[in-house]
Amino acid sequence: MTELNHNNNSLKHDVFKNILVGLYEKNHDKIIGNSSVIIQKLRQKAFEHFKQNGFPDKKMESWRFTNPEPLFRDDYHIDFESKFRKIDVSKIFTCDVYDLDTYCITLINGWFAYQNSPLSRLKDGTVIGSLYKAMEIYPDIVEKYLGSVAKINEQGLVSLNTAFMQDGLFIYVPDNVKVEKPVQVINIVDSDKPVFIQPRNLIITGKNSNLTLVHCDHSLTHNISFTNTVSEVVLHENAFIDHYKVQNKGRNSALLTSLFFLQEKNSILANNVITLNGGFTRNQVDLSLTDENCTADLNGLYLMDRNQHVDNQVFVDHAASNSRSNQLYKGILDDQASGVFYGKVLVGRNSQNTKAFQNNKNILLTDETKINTQPFLEIYADDVKCSHGATVGQLDTDALFYMRSRGICERTAKQMLMYAFAGEVVKKISIEPLRDNITKLVEKRLKGELSICDQCILNCSSREPRFIQNILD
Amino acid sequence: MQNNNNKLINKVTQSDYKYGFYTDIETDKAPKGLTEDTIRFIWEKKNEPDFMLDFRLKAFRHWQKMKEPTWAHIQYNPIDYQDIIYYAAPRKKPQYENMNQVDPELLETFNKLGIPLEEQKQLAGVAVDAVMDSTSVTTTYKKALSEKGIIFSSFSEALQNHPELLQKYMATVVPYTDNFFAALNSAVFSDGSFVYIPKGVRCPIELSTYFRINAANTGQFERTLIVAEEGSYVSYLEGCTAPMRSENQLHAAIVEIVAHKNAEVKYSTVQNWWPGDKKGKGGVFNFVTKRGICKEDNAKISWTQVETGSAITWKYPSLILKGNNTTGEFFSVAVTNNMQQADTGTKMIHSGKNSRSTIISKGISAGKSNNSYRGLVKMSKEATNSRNYSQCDSLLLGNKSGAHTFPYIDVQNKSSIVEHEATTSKISEDQLFYCLQRGIDVENAIGLIVNGYAKDVLNKLPMEFAVEAQKLLSVSLERSIG
Repeated sequence: MTELNHNNNSLKHDVFKNILVGLYEKNHDKIIGNSSVIIQKLRQKAFEHFKQNGFPDKKMESWRFTNPEPLFRDDYHIDFESKFRKIDVSKIFTCDVYDLDTYCITLINGWFAYQNSPLSRLKDGTVIGSLYKAMEIYPDIVEKYLGSVAKINEQGLVSLNTAFMQDGLFIYVPDNVKVEKPVQVINIVDSDKPVFIQPRNLIITGKNSNLTLVHCDHSLTHNISFTNTVSEVVLHENAFIDHYKVQNKGRNSALLTSLFFLQEKNSILANNVITLNGGFTRNQVDLSLTDENCTADLNGLYLMDRNQHVDNQVFVDHAASNSRSNQLYKGILDDQASGVFYGKVLVGRNSQNTKAFQNNKNILLTDETKINTQPFLEIYADDVKCSHGATVGQLDTDALFYMRSRGICERTAKQMLMYAFAGEVVKKISIEPLRDNITKLVEKRLKGELSICDQCILNCSSREPRFIQNILD
Repeated sequence: MQNNNNKLINKVTQSDYKYGFYTDIETDKAPKGLTEDTIRFIWEKKNEPDFMLDFRLKAFRHWQKMKEPTWAHIQYNPIDYQDIIYYAAPRKKPQYENMNQVDPELLETFNKLGIPLEEQKQLAGVAVDAVMDSTSVTTTYKKALSEKGIIFSSFSEALQNHPELLQKYMATVVPYTDNFFAALNSAVFSDGSFVYIPKGVRCPIELSTYFRINAANTGQFERTLIVAEEGSYVSYLEGCTAPMRSENQLHAAIVEIVAHKNAEVKYSTVQNWWPGDKKGKGGVFNFVTKRGICKEDNAKISWTQVETGSAITWKYPSLILKGNNTTGEFFSVAVTNNMQQADTGTKMIHSGKNSRSTIISKGISAGKSNNSYRGLVKMSKEATNSRNYSQCDSLLLGNKSGAHTFPYIDVQNKSSIVEHEATTSKISEDQLFYCLQRGIDVENAIGLIVNGYAKDVLNKLPMEFAVEAQKLLSVSLERSIG
């Protein structure tokens, strides 16, 4: 019986792979678009790799607790031809972090939506815009970096994205530039058919530069969607990036993100992944500390309920000495939700004086929830300070009793404790308006109210659309 | 100080393996290789009951369908399973009545190892069931134990005398389908120990067995089964030393423990098999499946291990906490040096309510060795109000060694609490400086610090063993300063 099941699984798996391979071959000319020879080579290589390795399956160690099978469908629609569009985004969606003054960018179904220009150059030389357009205008930069940070591995997700990539976000910050306002990217999925979207983001920050990036994922409909995003982020010497990912998706959406960071000497990265909703969410963060004195702070918060599933995979490669990394991932699971945390710190032979910390804490609220946590350390250098911790438990009964004895009702007391638990991650958000908004969302979430942003379909609000800060000046 | 350390390393790494001598006793060997005929040969040779042939053949046929596991963090040249002699027994196998009848050469071997077999046995108060090349040679204290109804004998003897007990319990905790090495062991195991503690009996002495791999080119496949009936208690010790060999020797053992209601079993191991030379040549490959089950309420099983030997260690003493209010413990010190590789840890599978487990693992890696902790803590949906605490620390001596931690935590209910903590660091400069400042030399200072580091675990060992373990640790440490 098991054998039969197993065969059945690998059959489904192969069928799905063949559907994707067929889609690629059929739409080859459309996908290529404006790609240069170099990009085309990269694409072709990735396609061959995918053809050989296929989609991830449950037999893989890193997919043991996340079954990708629900994603295997034969009716996905892929939009190969939209190109980046001129759209008045404010008519579709506005972000409700009202006080947040940002360069706001919107991707609709993976395609860049703009009001004036698909690719704009700010006064300080920073370029923000569509990757599709950037391939035309700045081929040197795109060709140099694209595919250089993302690792193509046996899981096939990165090669799948590389084969199909067409558009996405492109940011280039020149040396010594401090980008004044945060850049906010909103990924919107809006379709009446099941869609398959594969945005590709490329972010390069020059020496001594400074960038804040807020990345929001939203659904506009309850329709089935599958997003496979790959982002490559390069931090040159002394660069600083403050990166946020806020995920608030519908229950029928599957979101797989692969975030690759490459850090050079003295660079600093703060990365926060906040998952408030989503049917099937898998976030892979892959960090390479390639030179000395890098600092990386990786935080995550996930609050899941119903039958949502969240999987956070964090890989930190300490390839040089004197660097520091810190991971803090916390989660609360309710109803039948399930969660996975996989964290791996690799300290190479020559990475002396490394400090690497890893912490994963979970609270389970019902007997139907499940959590798998795997905090791994792999260390080959001796002068290191590394630690990891993982806990799974419930709210502190002593604290609860104390609050009850002070006249706080049980429900409120529990909420306060949960909020305090989540607060450890939330307070690390350094953009104040965003922190306030996330605080609000978390509070609502923990009260059992839907925490979808006001504009979202799950909580349709008739509020007047707010003014969107245009990226163009 | 680096220079000093290097000198010390050179000095101590030159020292040869203390227990590397070879006893010349004619052995009775099976022909090389593994086929159904080999299995029939072993079965006939050992004059086993019929059900054993059936069991062995089933295991063998299953093993043929399996693949060697590759997930562990270890590397070795492929093992040629057809190039191994699967059975070797000392040729003369008289049933000794007293010690004078024992082959003097054999006694000499035991004396060199410092096993208290003769006069010392009284002093040490240890009943020793010495297994030499898979066949039990002598068993002591049998009378005192049998008066209490305790069975402590070699596996083959138990197969002759108590086949019904073996048929009832054997392979109930580790079925032959469990894994590649368990299947191999089930097919070809030659001997081992069997312990049965009847209801309500508290075993008055520590039971102890010394295993030794002796004849060249023979794998040792022993099998231990411990059954503790309701309300009983036993503390079981196992210790190993092996002589030097240039080829790798395969060791694939199985240990099964069954604890019934209110029973308590304490299992302690000191393992010091030959780790291979400085270049990684030779050494014992140790692939062991150890598992206990707390079958009924309030049972308790505790594993304590001190691992200093073997070229490769692949060993995960596990516990299934099936009854309510059961307790599981795992205490481990694993030292690796030179080219040794250890992938060891435990599994705690909670399925009873209010079950408790504790894991304390201390890894020490030196030289070019790799030391990994791999563990699983699983709280099933039924295991409400269960609790686990795990602590796995790694200490690195020398910048060519590796220390790794791979914990898996799987929780499926809301009322259980699981805590896992781990740290990796090198020896504290401050502590070292403090010792040196007080006139303690580097070697002793490191010994002192490491012994303190491993103390949590060493304290759990029975007294006789703790002394030996401490000695072993410092011997291993002498060779490991980086």
